[in-house]
Amino acid sequence: MSEDTRTGITDAARSFGITPEDYMLPARDLIQMVDPEGRLLGAGPGPEPGHDYPVPADEDLLEAYRRLVVGRRINDQNSALVRQGRMAVYPSSHGQEACQVAVAACLEEGDWLFPTYRDTVAVISRGVPPVEAMTVFRGDWHGGYHPGKHKVGIQSTPLTTQLLHAVGAAHAARLRGEDTVVVALCGDGATSEGDFHEALNFAAVFHLPVIFFVQNNQYAISVPLARQTVAPSLAHKAVGYGMAGERVDGNDLVALLAVLERGVRLVRGGAGPLLVEAQTYRIQAHTNADDATRYREDAEVQEWLAKDPVKRMRSYLTGRGLLADELQARFEQEAEQVAAELRNGLNQEITPDPQDLFAHVYTVPTPQLDEQSAQLAEELIREEAS
Amino acid sequence: MSTRQTTSPDAGSVDAVETAVDAARESTTRAGGAGIPGPRPESPVAPVPPGPVTMAKALNAALADALAADAGVVVFGEDVGTLGGVFRITDGLAARFGTERCFDTPLAESGIAGMSVGMAINGMRPVIEMQFDAFAYPAFEQIASHVAKMRNRTRGAVAMPIVIRIPYAGGIGGVEHHCDSSEAYYAHTPGLKVVTPATVTDAYLLLRAAIDSDDPVIFMEPKKLYFAKDRVDLDALKEQYESGDGPRAALESGGAAVARTGTDATLIAYGPSLPTAMAAAAAAQEEGRSLEVVDVRTIVPFDDATVAASVAKTSRAVVITEETGFASVAAEITARVQQRCFHSLAAPVLRVTGFDIPYPAPKLEHHFLPSVDRILDAVDDLQWED
Ligand SMILES: Cc1ncc(C[n+]2csc(CCOP(=O)(O)OP(=O)(O)O)c2C)c(N)n1
Ligand SMILES: [Mg+2]
Repeated sequence: MSEDTRTGITDAARSFGITPEDYMLPARDLIQMVDPEGRLLGAGPGPEPGHDYPVPADEDLLEAYRRLVVGRRINDQNSALVRQGRMAVYPSSHGQEACQVAVAACLEEGDWLFPTYRDTVAVISRGVPPVEAMTVFRGDWHGGYHPGKHKVGIQSTPLTTQLLHAVGAAHAARLRGEDTVVVALCGDGATSEGDFHEALNFAAVFHLPVIFFVQNNQYAISVPLARQTVAPSLAHKAVGYGMAGERVDGNDLVALLAVLERGVRLVRGGAGPLLVEAQTYRIQAHTNADDATRYREDAEVQEWLAKDPVKRMRSYLTGRGLLADELQARFEQEAEQVAAELRNGLNQEITPDPQDLFAHVYTVPTPQLDEQSAQLAEELIREEAS
Repeated sequence: MSTRQTTSPDAGSVDAVETAVDAARESTTRAGGAGIPGPRPESPVAPVPPGPVTMAKALNAALADALAADAGVVVFGEDVGTLGGVFRITDGLAARFGTERCFDTPLAESGIAGMSVGMAINGMRPVIEMQFDAFAYPAFEQIASHVAKMRNRTRGAVAMPIVIRIPYAGGIGGVEHHCDSSEAYYAHTPGLKVVTPATVTDAYLLLRAAIDSDDPVIFMEPKKLYFAKDRVDLDALKEQYESGDGPRAALESGGAAVARTGTDATLIAYGPSLPTAMAAAAAAQEEGRSLEVVDVRTIVPFDDATVAASVAKTSRAVVITEETGFASVAAEITARVQQRCFHSLAAPVLRVTGFDIPYPAPKLEHHFLPSVDRILDAVDDLQWED
């Protein structure tokens, strides 16, 4: 580790009153702040040094909860639209919405997010118009929003390739002297991919402000985590790269906000990259095309339904007297608006222009593409005539 | 099979290659394919004739001039910093432009390519080096899935102004993994441009144009020509590049060049095979046959017009490449010429390529490489009735 790197980590950690040693190692147990019944945890063996997180401010909790209510509705609406045949496919993050909205909530406007196919709720929560986010699943183009405008990469399908894009985006920002933080998302199964390793190592060696946020939803399609790794936890993978790691209950929005909010500040302050593992569960099948009963028991799903992030946050906020019925109704109303926007947008018949097929392959179509586009145009004219 | 035994430049040392290139240069009149002028006519007032410059030096100068011209250009890869690259193509760049603009990465080719994607998304123009042809394969997923497709995926919202420099092909007595002609993999991937220079002048001009291109360019450098020399004035080339747009146009719509004019048959070659083709044309001249040589230069976009015009004129063609022949660039060129020039052809278009075997060990490579004899044998087979 270079002197600069060490100093960066030390200074940043000290500014939070923690030692670099405590900062670098993941907590022995998951960071959990609210239990599944919605009660704030205080008792127990006590927090470990360096992993003692304050409860976020009330207004941050309410804002995140608002996003959570909307996020759940987005998942449910999209799954319904798939069943009705309005979309080809939707990989739902039902059960993982706390992770999705916490990520979006902790970023500033100039920061970047590099999501996967599963992270539509995070993408919309970050500010991408819902219908634009769904274009890819509706099937009229491979991407529907402008990455530069929202500072959100196109939802990536080739596993963990986007983590390296996050590294590059962070490096570009650094070269221009901008204090951008970049969050890259991936799943538990994806941590076995080569690009996961390359991205974490690059980020650590270049000491870049990147947070790698892994949603460990226990499965990669049908394959359970035990078949991916025998590491003590996914967060512990950080140790080998000389990077800080943390593990958090991914169904506990309070804990997620606390961990990510501190993480963003540390990373922005020069502490280098951070790996966060959130333990959660994919309540639905991998996608609508998958049959989860072939590889997991319903009892397991029921167990996780009892830890539902939305219910948990609602009882916590209600218990603290922060969530009046009227406010809950307002959030639900907003969620209905977004659902209506999705229904209206996706029920519209869109006929993509076939000539667009040739328009964006290169800055200017090559002579060969011009020929092929003319051929298609002719075919279409003949088709119309007959 | 003829018993012809001329000396093949490919079978010999780098010296032999240099001699062939020098010879090629001297006997060449370049008729502009896509507006890249040939060597400037000797100025009557020029007091000092320009000294000999290697292709390596011209590439180095192109990188330096591009770094100086645009603050967004960054150069990175393995050993490109302090060492200046294993072939010294990036020699002195880190010292001159600083380690932020020219730097070494950890050893991870997917990492290098993926990072370049993220940097391009965030506004930079990365120029990355793959150390050898076969060591670019780990980067293939990033290249095929993102570098090539990001513009199309985002309907032009995100450009990929990335140059991937790959030293390629054999003839240097290299061991396995150091001599692959991998151009077909890239040429088969829509969204990529594939460019390969064969002369010192083109090395400079095409690399500058590649760096300025908003499309990703796979820049294939024939490593056996790195130390081939030519008398060029690099300052004049810089001036020529910056005041015209010939090379940029070549990358937009294809830029083949007639490297030697002739009347009886056309040899179509590029990169490492061009000097061999030129030597074959020189040898044929002695036998009383006038061969035209076309240097493809831009494999993608392919310059159908220049190639077809030459073959329509001569009525005969041989395509010469170093790659294995099956499903190759040579196969594509042959098909295109056959289709476009069918009625002017006096004989089927023939191919001289490598065999369909893994690249051989050093002591056997001369059996694999297209040689002057093999080319002349192919020319003999072009159904001459007289
Ligand atoms: C490089 C690559 N290999 C395989 C796939 C096919 N695939 C899509 S999702 C998936 C499982 C990924 O699991 P995980 O990383 O845990 O994410 P989750 O789907 O659970 O959110 C696989 C194998 C892919 N998209 N990319
Ligand atoms: Mg998973």
